[in-house]
Amino acid sequence: MKMTMTQKILASHAGLDHVVPGQLIEAKLDLILGNDVTTPPAIDIFQKTCACGVFDRSKVALVPDHFTPNKDIKSAEHCKKIREFARDQKIENYFEVGDPKMGVEHVILPENGLVAPGDAIIGADSHTCTYGALGAFATGVGSTDLACAMATGQTWFRVPEAISFRLTGSFLPGVTGKDLILHIIGMIGVDGALYQSMEFSGPGVANLSMADRLTVCNMAIEAGGKNGIFPVDEQTIEYIKTFAPERYARGDYRIFEADEDAGYEKTIDIDLATVPLTVSFPHLPENTRVVGTFGEVKIDQVVIGSCTNGRLEDLRLAAEILSGQKVRKGVRCIILPGSQRVWKESLREGLLEIFADAGCIVSAPTCGPCLGGHMGILAEGERCVSTTNRNFVGRMGHPKSEVYLSGVPVAAASAVLGRIGAPSELSAEQ
Amino acid sequence: MNASGKVFKYGANVDTDVIIPARYLNTADPSELAKHCMEDIDATFVDRVSVGDIIVGGPNFGCGSSREHAPVAIKHSGISCVIAPSFARIFYRNAINMGLAILECAEAAEGIEDKDRVEVDFSTGVIHDLTNGKQFTAKPFPDFIRKIIEADGLVGYISGKIPECK
Repeated sequence: MKMTMTQKILASHAGLDHVVPGQLIEAKLDLILGNDVTTPPAIDIFQKTCACGVFDRSKVALVPDHFTPNKDIKSAEHCKKIREFARDQKIENYFEVGDPKMGVEHVILPENGLVAPGDAIIGADSHTCTYGALGAFATGVGSTDLACAMATGQTWFRVPEAISFRLTGSFLPGVTGKDLILHIIGMIGVDGALYQSMEFSGPGVANLSMADRLTVCNMAIEAGGKNGIFPVDEQTIEYIKTFAPERYARGDYRIFEADEDAGYEKTIDIDLATVPLTVSFPHLPENTRVVGTFGEVKIDQVVIGSCTNGRLEDLRLAAEILSGQKVRKGVRCIILPGSQRVWKESLREGLLEIFADAGCIVSAPTCGPCLGGHMGILAEGERCVSTTNRNFVGRMGHPKSEVYLSGVPVAAASAVLGRIGAPSELSAEQ
Repeated sequence: MNASGKVFKYGANVDTDVIIPARYLNTADPSELAKHCMEDIDATFVDRVSVGDIIVGGPNFGCGSSREHAPVAIKHSGISCVIAPSFARIFYRNAINMGLAILECAEAAEGIEDKDRVEVDFSTGVIHDLTNGKQFTAKPFPDFIRKIIEADGLVGYISGKIPECK
């Protein structure tokens, strides 16, 4: 019986030669993640289980990033609780505000060498599926699972079925990984991959940067997927050479390949050259439209950043478009570098100055407005184009506000246009 | 183990942001969370819900975030059971771990109307709509899941199973 890439990683972590879809397994974990929303309840649960301590202090990562720097007293109390737990448990991977390695969880874990091919990772955050970009199995869980996994180093899984996405060709100029994943969600729907793996393959993979792959896997959950995963290639190896040099040097990673005829539920072929600039209209990521095919949508705010699109490559793309331009009067453009490293590198490359000159505000690394936390909440009736991942009712503020999801080029161009539009429209307007 | 109550019916893709908006996630206190349950799609839910009531939703119920606060808010609002054709996977897992009963049954989700009175028998999976007399059968829980729910969640279920500290 053949196996998918995900099934092989799960089998290896369960100490089994073979697994089949639907099978319940207990698997050992390489990394367990919590943030400032999900960790406080997990700490209470952890204490109730009477565990003596975390199973391995190098394999737990605690990232206060959602309501940080703390927006109010309650969130400050939550972060204090995590800080004290991390200190008491001697957690090695705790990322304090201002630490050179700090930032938004799914930006910093790969950047700090905590993810490598073949790993099995759970995180009490739904976008934990991001790490599949590196050929790892990673999925989101809740606080109870986080607590029990911190105590035992393992968790149970139902082995998932999978959908295969075979990619060919390469993107047209200006199209990014964000357009690809929005395009896919528009095609299969927000439950199109429910309980399943989304496995990407084909010659088109080589034409996707690691930043693109991280963005694509990040939003697998938005199609209901358990995980998204890319095969390991030269770019992946280059990435871990740079960001996880110690693990690379030790050979502490494992490359799994899907079997040729693994039993996929279905196979979807996508020529990357056919992927258009895509925007998800309110209030579901599946409500996708092609840029240029809808009427004027005026906007009040633009957000560029998040675990989906807050990497250095994203900020470079934004700066390329915003350089020498001005944000339209009446529009707020908020830029959130995904990590302190991204922030510092953006400073060094002069990107922050470009943003300031264009009339944008640059925030500290935080999830902030993405989930309606702080740093850019919408009022009733306001519209925002955002490079984040969800546009549910009330996601970024008032229940009667609207979020339009897009890639970085469309978001940056829209900030200048004052309405949703493509970068190509900027030169046309001048 | 059974549930019995009046029905609150919602559509497809009820997401975790409407079940408990993120602006309230600066607390993890179940009774605080319950005060804002369903607020963004049904502002009067918390005033109308009584202990034992049942939510019936459309496909992909609970999609979105991994916040366990979502099943916690539903459970502590008094809801005894959620019935839907399918659940988002993290919500499904969290609901069981929190001891919130959930049943997958497309026919029931279709055939039950808002405000109907419904009874559920978890051991057989039988769902009985007392208002229109219709009966449906969901796949019953396996034993260990029923025990988790009876133990008020995974922690209650595993407590006592973790070895003593040396």
